Amino acid sequence: MVVKVYGTAYASPKRVLACLIEKGIEFEAVPVDLIKGEHRSPEYLKLQPFGALPVIQDGDYTLYESRAIIRYYAEKYKSQGTDLLGKSIEERGLVEQWLEVEAQNFHPHIYNLTLHILFASALGFPPDEKVIKESEEKLGKVLDVYEERLSKSNYLAGDFFSLADLSHLPFTQYLVGPINKEYMIRSRKHVSAWWDQISSRPSWKKVLQL
Amino acid sequence: MAAPVKVYGPTLSTAVSRVLACLIEKDVDFQLIPINMSKGEHKKPDFIKMQPFGQVPAFQDESISLFESRAICRYICDKYADKGNKELYGTNPLAKASIDQWLEAEGQSFNPPSGALVFQLAFAPRMKIPQDEGLIKQNQEKLGKVLDVYERRLGESRFLAGDEFSLADLSHLPNTQYLVAGTDRGELFTSRKNVGRWWSEISSRESWKKVVQMQKSG
Repeated sequence: MVVKVYGTAYASPKRVLACLIEKGIEFEAVPVDLIKGEHRSPEYLKLQPFGALPVIQDGDYTLYESRAIIRYYAEKYKSQGTDLLGKSIEERGLVEQWLEVEAQNFHPHIYNLTLHILFASALGFPPDEKVIKESEEKLGKVLDVYEERLSKSNYLAGDFFSLADLSHLPFTQYLVGPINKEYMIRSRKHVSAWWDQISSRPSWKKVLQL
Repeated sequence: MAAPVKVYGPTLSTAVSRVLACLIEKDVDFQLIPINMSKGEHKKPDFIKMQPFGQVPAFQDESISLFESRAICRYICDKYADKGNKELYGTNPLAKASIDQWLEAEGQSFNPPSGALVFQLAFAPRMKIPQDEGLIKQNQEKLGKVLDVYERRLGESRFLAGDEFSLADLSHLPNTQYLVAGTDRGELFTSRKNVGRWWSEISSRESWKKVVQMQKSG
């Protein structure tokens, strides 16, 4: 059974694609046009009532929130493909910790940068320079903590690539690309090395080619 | 002998109380070590060693040091799977996925606006910080839209993730407690029939009553 992933042109669904590729799970990409408002259509809202991306359909089964989807598939296919959850309850605990750090400390600021720098004009509002400045400052402080962590550990949860690192791929790709703030990564030696490691994985290269 | 499980932080913190509720649901003994945030104890080197972002809570048991309340809750459910409420994080993969979906909805859609309102309405006055009426209005509107989705869901399902109380519902307790019991915006919840019913049910659990008692006496 092929997993349908909605909205793959955008960042959060790419979290799911990276995970599915790491686990060797086949999928079908279903486009959703945000500019046309397709995410607010009655059909879409039946699948994802918050009108957000992504949602997946696996046969009759529907699931949304990218970080819930990647946890589900990483666990369901634990013995297949890359192990993304660690090998013990303690390693899993560290994976969960850094996945929550991404969700709660990293994401809000990088999301603001994405919204105001990349999507403001398409969505019809002026970019807020104050929000952009504050978000960059706050993101910088978070990356300083990452720099310290990654000086002691090759990946966030330990010396193994996990869901915690994977979760950072889509929006960090925006940061070093169209948002034009690659210096935030490159000015931090260990964050820079970590970014090179995780973004050069075959799974991520494949996602970017889709 | 002191319990090996330690939670660091003030009971008044929403994130700390999330972890306490989970520990009590799972019947896991713990020691609460208070951190005085008004004295800046959360920014001191000893605390930063445990939580490098200088946020509460921090958590330790005999095998690990962890932070981020929702990660701590998941770890507790994993490590102490056989204790207390065994349904809290689901007993099969589909139940667990549904709980994770609603835990993420809480973290990504519910927490930002409700957390902002808790800060503006409950904490800012205590800290003598002027309230931002624009932010209050904006977040009230955002929260209202989220609660409209919850209203529909809770008309189809007793709890967010399904028929059983889970971590997903538990995760909503701290912010909602402040808004309903500590501000005049409780009607955001109580004026919505299904959300009101759900709030009444989850907040009257013994575990939550214990946490509220700890907050009052802390």
